[in-house]
Amino acid sequence: MFRFKIDWPLFVGLIMLSAASMLVLWSAGGESTRLLISQGVRLGVAVVVMLALAQIRPDSLFRWTPYFYAVALVLLVLVLIVGDTGKGAQRWLDLGVIRFQPSEAMKLAVPMMVAWVLTRKTLPPSWQNLSLAIAVLVVPAILILKQPDLGTTILILMSGALIIFLAGFAWKHIGILAILGAVAAPIAYQFLHPYQQRRIQTLFDPWSDPLGAGYHTIQSMIAIGSGGAQGKGWTEGSQSQLEFIPERHTDFIFSVFAEENGFIGVVMLLLLYIVLTGRGLYIAYYTKDTFSRLLAGSLAMTFFFYVFVNIGMVSGMLPVVGVPLPLISFGGTSMVTLMAGFGILMSIHHHRSLMSH
Amino acid sequence: MVGEQIELKDYLRETNLIHARLIALGVVLGLLSLALVARIWYLQISQHDRFDVLSKDNRVRLVPEPPVRGQIFDRNGEVLAENINVFTLEIRPSEVDDMDTLLDQVARIIEVSPSEIRKFKGLVRARPDFEAQVLKVNLSEAEVARFSVNQHRLPGAAVQARLQRNYPYSGELVHVLGYVGRINQRDLQSIDQQAYQGTDYIGKLGIEAQYEDVLLGQVGFQQVETNAHGQRIRTLDRNPPISGDDLYLNIDAKLQVKARQYLGDRRGSVIAIEPKTGDVLAFVSNPIYDPNKFVNGIDHRSYNALRDDIDRPLLNRGLSGRYAPGSTIKGLVSLTALENGWSEYKTIACPGYYQLKGSSHRYRCWKRSGHGSMSLADSIIKSCDVYYYQMANTLGIDKLHQFLSEFGLGKRTGIDLQNEPSGLMPSRDWKRARRGVAWYPGDTLNTGIGQGFMLVTPLQLGVMTATLANRGKRVEPRLVNRMVHKSTDDKGRSHKEVLDVDGQELGQVAANNTNFDTIINAMQAVVSNPRGTAHYSAGRNMEYTMAGKTGTAQVVAIAQGAKYDESKLTEFQKDHALFVAFAPIEAPEIAVAVIVENGGSGSGAAAPVARKVMDYYLLGKDADQAEPEASSENEVAVAQPSVP
Repeated sequence: MFRFKIDWPLFVGLIMLSAASMLVLWSAGGESTRLLISQGVRLGVAVVVMLALAQIRPDSLFRWTPYFYAVALVLLVLVLIVGDTGKGAQRWLDLGVIRFQPSEAMKLAVPMMVAWVLTRKTLPPSWQNLSLAIAVLVVPAILILKQPDLGTTILILMSGALIIFLAGFAWKHIGILAILGAVAAPIAYQFLHPYQQRRIQTLFDPWSDPLGAGYHTIQSMIAIGSGGAQGKGWTEGSQSQLEFIPERHTDFIFSVFAEENGFIGVVMLLLLYIVLTGRGLYIAYYTKDTFSRLLAGSLAMTFFFYVFVNIGMVSGMLPVVGVPLPLISFGGTSMVTLMAGFGILMSIHHHRSLMSH
Repeated sequence: MVGEQIELKDYLRETNLIHARLIALGVVLGLLSLALVARIWYLQISQHDRFDVLSKDNRVRLVPEPPVRGQIFDRNGEVLAENINVFTLEIRPSEVDDMDTLLDQVARIIEVSPSEIRKFKGLVRARPDFEAQVLKVNLSEAEVARFSVNQHRLPGAAVQARLQRNYPYSGELVHVLGYVGRINQRDLQSIDQQAYQGTDYIGKLGIEAQYEDVLLGQVGFQQVETNAHGQRIRTLDRNPPISGDDLYLNIDAKLQVKARQYLGDRRGSVIAIEPKTGDVLAFVSNPIYDPNKFVNGIDHRSYNALRDDIDRPLLNRGLSGRYAPGSTIKGLVSLTALENGWSEYKTIACPGYYQLKGSSHRYRCWKRSGHGSMSLADSIIKSCDVYYYQMANTLGIDKLHQFLSEFGLGKRTGIDLQNEPSGLMPSRDWKRARRGVAWYPGDTLNTGIGQGFMLVTPLQLGVMTATLANRGKRVEPRLVNRMVHKSTDDKGRSHKEVLDVDGQELGQVAANNTNFDTIINAMQAVVSNPRGTAHYSAGRNMEYTMAGKTGTAQVVAIAQGAKYDESKLTEFQKDHALFVAFAPIEAPEIAVAVIVENGGSGSGAAAPVARKVMDYYLLGKDADQAEPEASSENEVAVAQPSVP
């Protein structure tokens, strides 16, 4: 007998986020119905994908993982060869019917594959197994960095690293890596694109170039700061409405939200994100199967990592790397990917005690 | 079993491990959340005020709204200076990437001269970037249309409808009104730039300059919201500009035009004043020039032509022209003598010349054969020089200087025009200080007949005549009668507030009234008595009483630096013709001073002009119907170089 599987806390939280998204988009998109309908359609598709994935047993996912990963990898290579160029980066693959970003698929494929590699042996992982997991993680990351798409690269590295962390990568080694990272950072900096370097430079002092590289950050900070405790009111944000904020319906949508809804609104939004993430971590905690635990923990925490990087960058705390505010920003593929992740979480939760392989 | 146990043990170990890691992640989640909340708190709560100001700065801009310049009317409400709509091509430098390219492109559509580009570039350098500067004014409709079609290719350039000063009487009143011109870099240093935001013109000369403060009005501001591209979204607040005051002059434009017409094409000046009030009814200086050409800057060639014109049209003769008054001051000299005990019945024999004691030098009367026995009245009627040589010699320069100064000679009249010269009423002190030599008795003789060092402006002559008409009551001449301030109250109703402009109270010349009567009667006879110098030229068929005095002033020197051709030279050596008069005697309504440069004689050239002006003003009679020129006995005030 088929039972429809859904996790209500997650579902209600996601619907609330989506509703908030619609409201902010109405204001940020210049009160355009077209934009709202477009977002509504994408949301619909994403919810369908989520609910569909929620019906699939985690052990099926486990079995499909290598194939899914392989296909995504091939597509990623293809995109570098024949992909469309959008905004100076090759990210899109035209499949005739839809344009598609293989890097989005990788956001799911990578943590699944890393978890797949690690759970085939006991945890904590052996060095060989760990090396394999890192290889599985780093290869697509490098391909995506080449597009170049720093934001997605960071998110994918994060999702894989979270799996490795959950799998018991020793604290001692984490400490060593942290030190190595601190040493390697200045070297890595040299290999970044000039526009990425500029973003990092202006992060430390956006006011040094207020009309150039620092402009977006400054205008965004002004928007957030001028919102104050109460906000300027829905559709009343002068910074947002008067086009001072760049990409205000996509990456910088948080600035619009913060300007119009103020600190109170921001805290409520953050609470919603924390509840969703916490629910994900809860699901990971109470599921019995290791693969599911690793995957659920990674998906939940990566979700929050989106939030952290996005808000961090628009508030001038992190460099501007092109990470959307999950489920609020306008944009199709990332929304589908995120919802798919929640679908997997729902599935894991439903099958928390039934798993074996 | 063992395998299962190991597997179970492994599983429990994994569970514990992952649970510990998940709890660690929970802690990380909490820490990251705290970091975000702290950051947003910092921006929205602790730094809110700063960002609030920044966001307002971002979007709110003050856009100046220039006031409408006050108009100028004559005493009958005729418009003398108005504001008309013109199209100008303006460029806002801050919106232009490459100015030279843009100017090139504009020049392909609209003809722009190099001097216009030069002027434009000068303004761009002087003013802030975001302020639009005018490249070309007075665009034709075809040019406006051509520009509109191409506007999208010319970012930063725009056609604006603007108000521009226009003088419908062209040059007729240029020496009164002056003109406005574009604010130049020199103006910028002396004006309050705040008050001139959005205003392009400033009064440069005449009334326009003198009354600049009231004509300008007050700049208004619009607080507008702009987007990131600087485009106006909406107006938040508006502080409307206050139009400049309208000025109503005492000038009667019709009289002014007629007076200049009566002068004909001769160089000279006609000043008409209402004696009682000091109101200036006509203020003519001929030749004239078109002030409209100066509004947007006259081109160099036209300006040089005006500047180098031998007739010197740029010179305001009425205000700044300085002439020897000649015999026109004989009335005042007589009054001085009467006040100092001279008897009006005292007669002097005029043999045609006068000699100082102990000197063989002959000071000649204009009538070489002599006038014979002269009374005081005769001396005025016939303008006998010898009588005044004797009178001046008896009085001495000190008394003359003191009394003539009281009538305002050698002093600024205080008219409401800038840069009025004081003229010159010589004295012992003056000569010692300026010439370094002592005053000679011969100097006194020359002063007595209005020659020598003495210099007056036509305006001073007019005011002097008015004072005489007032029997010593001095007035300060005024061109502007009243200022009308328009304002709008909260309910949108407009109000007019009228502020009268009056000359300063100047008091009374201390002189006996009967002495005034004596002088004025004699001056009346100058016109009415068939033997009077002005009778034949200006005194026949009178419908009102008139007192006048002719004068003929020797041309002292030819202006330096001017270019003369041979034929002009002789003309420029002819004497200046002067005439002062007022009428009616019983209740004077008009005092007139006329100077015709190189006109020959006062009676022949100047007196008829004054008569026509009076006829027109008092009777409404336009006498200029080519009457046969009345000739009369010419008088020539001869002032040979006085050798002691």
